[in-house]
Amino acid sequence: MQIKVVRKILEANDRISDQLRKMFQEKQILVLNLMSSPGAGKTTLLEATLTDLKEEFNMAVIEGDLQTSNDAERVAATGAQAIQINTEGGCHLDGSMVLDAASELNLDNVDILFVENVGNLVCPAEFSVGEDYKVTILSVVEGDDKPEKYPLIFAESRVMLLNKTDLLPYVDFSLEKASNFARSLNKDINIYPVSAKTREGIDAWYEWLRTEVKNKKQA
Amino acid sequence: MHEMSIAHSLVEIIKQEMAKHGVTRLIRVKVKYGRISAIVPEALQTAFEAMTMDTDLQGAILEIEEVPLQARCRECRKEFAPEGDLLIMTCPHCRAEFGHEIISGKDLYIDELEAE
Repeated sequence: MQIKVVRKILEANDRISDQLRKMFQEKQILVLNLMSSPGAGKTTLLEATLTDLKEEFNMAVIEGDLQTSNDAERVAATGAQAIQINTEGGCHLDGSMVLDAASELNLDNVDILFVENVGNLVCPAEFSVGEDYKVTILSVVEGDDKPEKYPLIFAESRVMLLNKTDLLPYVDFSLEKASNFARSLNKDINIYPVSAKTREGIDAWYEWLRTEVKNKKQA
Repeated sequence: MHEMSIAHSLVEIIKQEMAKHGVTRLIRVKVKYGRISAIVPEALQTAFEAMTMDTDLQGAILEIEEVPLQARCRECRKEFAPEGDLLIMTCPHCRAEFGHEIISGKDLYIDELEAE
């Protein structure tokens, strides 16, 4: 017997993700799924953002990591609410993990919830976690061919942060080449070269956050 | 190795569909994935075998078919299939380079199954 099915394989995750999105929408929280390779500077960028914008916004973080709670501790030191999910080997977060973690946060009056995904340019791209937007951080030491090699994550992201620009004099990285590949895959992507360490260029990222928080409150 | 999570979800859907149609033996299942989805077919094959080992589904054939990339030009609105491996997708009609809309190539779905 031949059975025509045509169902999305990740439909169960998509359902949980829709449920999360509805919950975040009701509370008017901007939710961002932060993704990158290990070591691209996600946590440093997050620390900078949480520190620099703490007078402006109430922010919370869900930290995903294979092991340890080091990142959650670093993030919590900025004063933001943070909760750690250990995937214990799993290479990505999924909707149900974020649903569990979100229930342990006090989300009243939160403006932005950052979900810091497991460091990996492949697996997290397939799994929605109820976010408004995916944000990919690519550091200039990783090579400008990454959007070409890992197309899905860049095709799905609303923002690409090109981090560690303070190291540009020491590496062969073409901002133009990386940007062109990403734009080729994704007409809506916003690209901001930044250094989380020196804060160079980071205002453009903060401006984007301010605009999106405002849009969320008016939605 | 997110193919393990994907294989898990795949098996759940197969079980639901088999129960719905009153069949008990799975012969073949066909999965389609987009060219730029983050799927490694060999890894999915291995994950599926591991997931179905010593179950009623053991021995079923998993067919994995790639769906090509299809884009719509942001300028002339014509559809085209980007050629080669390069992802700078120049529109063959009007030569516009960036910002095309991806119509297909990100998919991941179970297409059909054969069972008795």
